[in-house]
Amino acid sequence: MTQTAVQVKEDKLQSLREYMQTVKDRPYPESYLIEILHKVQNIFGYLPREMMDEVAHTLEIPTAHIWGVATFYHHFNREPIGKHVVSICMGTACYVKGASAVLETLKKELGIEVGKTTPDGLFTLREARCLGACGIAPVIMVDEKIYGQLDTKKTIDIINQYRKAAAVEQTAAGAESRRGKP
Amino acid sequence: MSKLITITINNKSYQVEPNQTIMQAADKLGFHIPRLCYHPKLSIEGACRVCIVEVEGMRNYVASCAFPVSDGMKIRTNTQALRKARRDIIELILDNHPQDCHVCERDGNCELQRLAASVGIRARHFEGERKRYEKDLSSDAVIRDPEKCILCGRCVRMCSEIQQVHNLTQAHRGFHTVVMPAYNLPMTESVCSTCGQCINVCPTAAFLEKNYTQELFEKLNDPNLVKVVQFAPSVRAAIGEAFGLEPGLNMEGQMIASLRKLGFDYVFDTQFAADLTIMEEASEFLERFQSGGVLPMITSCSSAWMKYMEQFYADMIPNVSTCKSPMSMQGAVTKTYFAKKKKIDPHKILSVAVMCCTAKKYEAARPELMVDGMRGVDIVVTTREAAWMIKSAGIDLVHIQPEEPDHPLGLSSGAGAIFGTTGGVMEAAIRTAYELYTGETLVDIEVEAVRGLKGIKEGSLTMDGKEIRVAVAHGLANASRLLERVQQDPTRYHFIEIMGCPGGCIGGGGQPYAQINSIPLDDEILRKRAQALYDLDKSKTIRRSHDNPDVQKLYKEFLQSPLSPIAHQYLHTHYKAKTPVGIIPKKERILSGDAK
Repeated sequence: MTQTAVQVKEDKLQSLREYMQTVKDRPYPESYLIEILHKVQNIFGYLPREMMDEVAHTLEIPTAHIWGVATFYHHFNREPIGKHVVSICMGTACYVKGASAVLETLKKELGIEVGKTTPDGLFTLREARCLGACGIAPVIMVDEKIYGQLDTKKTIDIINQYRKAAAVEQTAAGAESRRGKP
Repeated sequence: MSKLITITINNKSYQVEPNQTIMQAADKLGFHIPRLCYHPKLSIEGACRVCIVEVEGMRNYVASCAFPVSDGMKIRTNTQALRKARRDIIELILDNHPQDCHVCERDGNCELQRLAASVGIRARHFEGERKRYEKDLSSDAVIRDPEKCILCGRCVRMCSEIQQVHNLTQAHRGFHTVVMPAYNLPMTESVCSTCGQCINVCPTAAFLEKNYTQELFEKLNDPNLVKVVQFAPSVRAAIGEAFGLEPGLNMEGQMIASLRKLGFDYVFDTQFAADLTIMEEASEFLERFQSGGVLPMITSCSSAWMKYMEQFYADMIPNVSTCKSPMSMQGAVTKTYFAKKKKIDPHKILSVAVMCCTAKKYEAARPELMVDGMRGVDIVVTTREAAWMIKSAGIDLVHIQPEEPDHPLGLSSGAGAIFGTTGGVMEAAIRTAYELYTGETLVDIEVEAVRGLKGIKEGSLTMDGKEIRVAVAHGLANASRLLERVQQDPTRYHFIEIMGCPGGCIGGGGQPYAQINSIPLDDEILRKRAQALYDLDKSKTIRRSHDNPDVQKLYKEFLQSPLSPIAHQYLHTHYKAKTPVGIIPKKERILSGDAK
């Protein structure tokens, strides 16, 4: 991670801690829990156990209660997720148009099962229900971007695009950090 | 009294109080609506839908546990359509439950089983996917079997509302919902106090004590061991219920006779050690009181309370008495004094305790309670396990000729007997402390202020013109409410008794399951069990711990005097802060008012 990225993360964490201090003495501190967990996930990409502990002790909410909320909502990740989230639509239209073949391709290409993250931390694979792009089924969504009318080759090409971008970024970051050194 | 309203149940009109649920009104009128997730001491969950009734004008059936009565309401509780819907609901619960009743530990005293029978499930219509989970066997005291869980949520509410431990939650959602501690931690790494109240309220076998009956049967057959047993005061007041007897019968003599028949060589009584505890604890209190030590002093008999204190109130460790619990004191003198007296190698003694408690299993394994490198108590079985063993060995506890305990660790005073109920330790301590301090005998020894089931009780007495203010709490939520008071006003009390379970040991997590037509932790049953102990106290000539001749002999021959170095070595211990650190929600901390 670049130095600026580390700084941004530290700043965000600092402001989250300040925020928790302001809500902890309000009448129902637990009513801020979901919002605070969103902020935690926004900083870390998931909910680290140490952070759930910190939220619990600061707001005086039992950890079991936080765990109940964190596991109830699919939105919350309890494990680190990859840089890019690849969601494959398994809705009816995509399914009929061959989503399962796309899914098989993704699993093979990334070497992981649904819900898991690649060892290099680049991709997390997820299943989604209808993404609302049935007209171009079968589709996948990478982060916020939709890719449609997929087949095996197209799917692999998309993954490779992201791999290439990441490699370029890493080289640049390496150069930058070397420049930063005296 | 508010104005009565008119409701109709099954075509008959009744005048009832407003501001109550359909179920509450129906109960008072003698209509028992089937139910599962409902418990009168807990908040309303409305999860199981078993208690549905038909209300005219409503599109769907309503859950009677959660729906309030209103004027003119027409309710039907037993139509054919309703019966069928209710049966389907229970059948769907059964469908996601292992069909292994005949090998289940709760076979014969399972609420789900009774309920299924009562609604007449005689054939199975549904067959679907069933959840499968591993058991959590990590704890010495409480095991968790999510596969048996029907998600009624009683354990979660018990753990949060009555015990304020907040160890359990319903994690995940829908079909994948599981009751578990935070982060799916093993019970032994969680904030669980090991009180076992989740077991008491569980309608199935999703929570159970760690069962040691097979190990014990095996050791009882080992000719190389000297088998010694002790049993807690509250066990004799409750074990009869497991044999179908009325609550509130004192089965002491029958219990002793049955334990001998099971194969124990010496049957001792934890009440003896209760007297011993009073000698030490009353002396410790007076020492603190006279020398300006840390006050209020808080009792340390309840092992669930000890673990809770170490995790939730570690800052109060200096307030807690250093006395071991009666069980551990009994274990310590069994392996030292008794072994020496009888010339037995203490390593050959099998020290067993029959307890009303699951937390005692945890306590017995605590390393800081070791006696000369040995465990003071080797095996702890609950009242339930003991009842099963007695039945399994073909012993008729109900009709057996009562017997007396063995010497030298079996004789007890009335003060030792009342240890089993909330307020009992305080009352026993007052009887002895008063005499040790003033040199006079306390005449009016029945301390009414600390008796009864009120959540927090307060009282005071005067010793040589000095006022001693005492308080008693039972159930961990009440304990924490009382401690909040102490933290606000540290000089408010001198001496505090805390018991982890509702009602004290008589409501322990190892007591017999609720029998047919009764509910777990019913106040009436707790009162009857307590009365059995108060009657036992009354029936004794010796009612003060310091008058127990065998306790006096123990000091003369072995311990010298209360708080002597040797007494400290064997009868006292120290506590330390434990992780994970427990959290009590802020609003519950502020709400330090009186509990039920």
